[in-house]
Amino acid sequence: MKMMDLRVTVNGRPRAWSIAPGELLLDVLRREGFFGVKRGCEQGECGACTVLVNGRAVNSCLMFAAQVEGCDVLTIEGLADNGKLHPIQEAFLDHGAAQCGFCTPGMILSAKALLDRNPHPTEAEVREAMAGNLCRCTGYLKPVEAVLAAAARVAEEVGP
Amino acid sequence: MRERHVVGHNVRKVDGVALVTGGPVFTDDVRIPGMLYGKILPSPHAHAIVKHIHTAKARALAGVHAVLTYRDVPRVPHTTAGQAWPEPSPYDTYLLDSKMRFVGDRVAAVAAESRAIAEEALRLIDVEYDVLPAVIDMEQAMAPGAPVIHDEPDSTKIHDRSRNIAGYILREIGNVEEGFREADYIVEREYRTHRQQHTPLEPHITICWLDPNGRLVIRSSTQVPYHCRRQVAMILQMPVSRVHVIKPRIGGGFGGKQEMLLEDICGALTLASRRPVKMEYTREEEFYMARSRHPQILRMKMGVKRDGAVVASQLTVLATTGAYGSHANTVQGNTGSKVLPLYRAPHMRFECHVVYTNMPVAGAFRGYGCPQGFFAQESLVDEIAEQLGMDPVEFHLQNAIRLGDTDKLSAQLGEGREGLPRLVRSCGLPQCVEKAAAAIGWAEKRRVHNGPRPHLKRGVGMACTMQGSGIAGVDWASAFLKMNEDGSFFLQVGASDVGGGADTVLSQIAAEALGVTLDKIVIASGDTDTTPFDVGAYASSTTIISGGAVKKAAEKVLAQVLAVAAQLLETPVEKLGWGNNEVFTLCECRKAVNMTEIAMHAMYKEKFQIMDGASHFNTDSPPPFCATFAEVEVDTETGQVRVLHLATAVDPGVAVNPMQAEGQVEGAVTQGLGYALTEELLLDGAGRPLNPNFLDYKIFSAMDMPKLTTILVETDEPLGPFGAKSISEVPINGPAPAIANAIYNAVGVRIRKLPIRPEDVLHALGAQAEACATI
Repeated sequence: MKMMDLRVTVNGRPRAWSIAPGELLLDVLRREGFFGVKRGCEQGECGACTVLVNGRAVNSCLMFAAQVEGCDVLTIEGLADNGKLHPIQEAFLDHGAAQCGFCTPGMILSAKALLDRNPHPTEAEVREAMAGNLCRCTGYLKPVEAVLAAAARVAEEVGP
Repeated sequence: MRERHVVGHNVRKVDGVALVTGGPVFTDDVRIPGMLYGKILPSPHAHAIVKHIHTAKARALAGVHAVLTYRDVPRVPHTTAGQAWPEPSPYDTYLLDSKMRFVGDRVAAVAAESRAIAEEALRLIDVEYDVLPAVIDMEQAMAPGAPVIHDEPDSTKIHDRSRNIAGYILREIGNVEEGFREADYIVEREYRTHRQQHTPLEPHITICWLDPNGRLVIRSSTQVPYHCRRQVAMILQMPVSRVHVIKPRIGGGFGGKQEMLLEDICGALTLASRRPVKMEYTREEEFYMARSRHPQILRMKMGVKRDGAVVASQLTVLATTGAYGSHANTVQGNTGSKVLPLYRAPHMRFECHVVYTNMPVAGAFRGYGCPQGFFAQESLVDEIAEQLGMDPVEFHLQNAIRLGDTDKLSAQLGEGREGLPRLVRSCGLPQCVEKAAAAIGWAEKRRVHNGPRPHLKRGVGMACTMQGSGIAGVDWASAFLKMNEDGSFFLQVGASDVGGGADTVLSQIAAEALGVTLDKIVIASGDTDTTPFDVGAYASSTTIISGGAVKKAAEKVLAQVLAVAAQLLETPVEKLGWGNNEVFTLCECRKAVNMTEIAMHAMYKEKFQIMDGASHFNTDSPPPFCATFAEVEVDTETGQVRVLHLATAVDPGVAVNPMQAEGQVEGAVTQGLGYALTEELLLDGAGRPLNPNFLDYKIFSAMDMPKLTTILVETDEPLGPFGAKSISEVPINGPAPAIANAIYNAVGVRIRKLPIRPEDVLHALGAQAEACATI
């Protein structure tokens, strides 16, 4: 099969990958070792494969890898800063928001996209932002509490 | 009592950082050179014989390394149920067979160099079927002349194959006929429940390979690594010692992974191809080729005295296990044994037929027969209370099992055989009822029904439920601890954390018993080569049974620690205290040695490793109790039911990690909510799945959720480690009946069939209006 070159920035580092034209972003990211991108349904329904593309949360199972040419992709592996966890990750741990942890990367990234554009969300806004991330373990209460707590902490750190 | 420093505290999950950073900890997060992709060819027919099957074209396809049909593999009757040996489930399943018994049954399996090639190879397999009439309706399964689903002679432990009866149960305490004669009121109703699917976010996945010594390694999303090892060894006809099962982090199980589903066929493809093979269900396959909750038709009859005392209760159930009898007897046994004894009726009778149908296979699912039973019982009790003019709260408090009671039905109804009586040694149910009622605003909301608009009516309802904590006399576990130079301990357990946080809870128990901080415990779990035996994660057993083993092992190791410390401190053991990573003298001068000094002395001066192990089981299964209160709003124009608030109070004994315990409640309640209102795997008349995806099979999202209130009512269970019972299953039982009862309170119609769909509510409202018009 004829392969094509893909140039993309993933977690802050430029990458040059050889991909097949029809390959999904999900498959390419997992092949390249980004195992935090989870395969839950491959139909864009569960959100476990969520990554941020230019800051927007997308289902990587619904995108061709070729579509991220020149884009900035963030996976869960790139969220912590040199081993220092992001406040959303800290809050997920403190609130018991991760149970099995399979939907957790997608949830955290959806929350990150929300907080980046809306640092002071209401509970309803958090729930809406995470509506695309199905979770079978938590009942969503602790993840929502964690995101609200993280928002408060980020606001505190940044100051008024 | 010693002050507790770790147990009872909200510590972070020990595997938490790996999970929130997306670490490669799940089954699929490995790269294995030369790995092939395995796929199963599913039967398109609900009931058929494979007349001819031609695989030559598939075998000839470039990149295909193995194609297996029933002709290529050993025929060993077994059950896929991951249960303690000897499994009480029928041995009615084969690795591959020439008879297809449901849409999705295994016709053949292939292993190829890519998923695309594997899928292409499946298309190249040429199959000629002799299609048989199918049993789709469970009420027709026992009818004379119904097609016989298991007519093969070599299956065993089937109750009556000629009538498609996988299992039959009849148990009686006292004499119900006499009980009903004593009753002033008798109410009898029929309830129907449906097929719910677990939908773990991680579908079933298995990767197998041969290690350099030729042993079969199975890396799998399983709740039961040890049962799986035993089953695979039997099916593939190899010694248990030649199989190594590894359970990594699991993306949710809920009972669906208490099942040996892909491990046998993946292992067979690995042996045939001599290459590593990965098999993973797609989401669609997960819906109908994995397991689901047993649908039941329940007829429940209860007799009460005028003063409200229950004298007799009788539950008659018809259930279907689908094409294979995985967990058939035991799930249904629970429908009786865990449900009826909630009330102190002197006379109880439970009868159940579990029938085969040509439908997807049912199996273990959180609640394990109780959600069905409690939906019937708690709906019925609500009707009875109304007839008596009693508040349901009052009725429950008057009749529910209490501290010091013995549940005699459990003695008759064990794990597919005689069981053991259950003595209630801890019971927080009255407090659960009181607190959840207060949280929902029961007293006021019971009377006020008006919503924000005239067509919106509101109501509240309740249910009480219980479960068990491990299977009495069956479940057992072991644990091993060894001390390292830095004063830390390796904790090795066969227990399987499937996402509920067992590794954390077991580490907490070890740390508490040893008097060390949690960071001093390093846990390894669920690996049949490197951890000791455990039956696995099911029956709400891990905290109480595996935790009991951990506590015993830790106490033995602590004795060794103290013996070394006694030498170092030149003080007898009786005069030593321990805690916060050190051992100290109890005298005023307070000399201390820390765990590092103790470990170094033992290892390099005394030349021995401080280490020990223990096994544990219980002869009783202490019930956790739960009260669920629901507030709903019913749209009388559309029949739409919106749950506004679910308040759940649970008695888990001592909550080892309250934050995690709450998480278990909230997750269970959410699955119970879906069970009540939206989740149903639909099949057409030919047994084909109609909605095997998350768009058409609706689980609740963050946006759909009602307000949840979780209340832990802690008690002290003498049989549990540090007083703990269990929590993960019991809260799933309450939402369906509580919501049904709240709907009645809001609009005066009883819905006795799950899930409660808008059309059913609207229909019932229409019938009610018609009845009123006639009067």
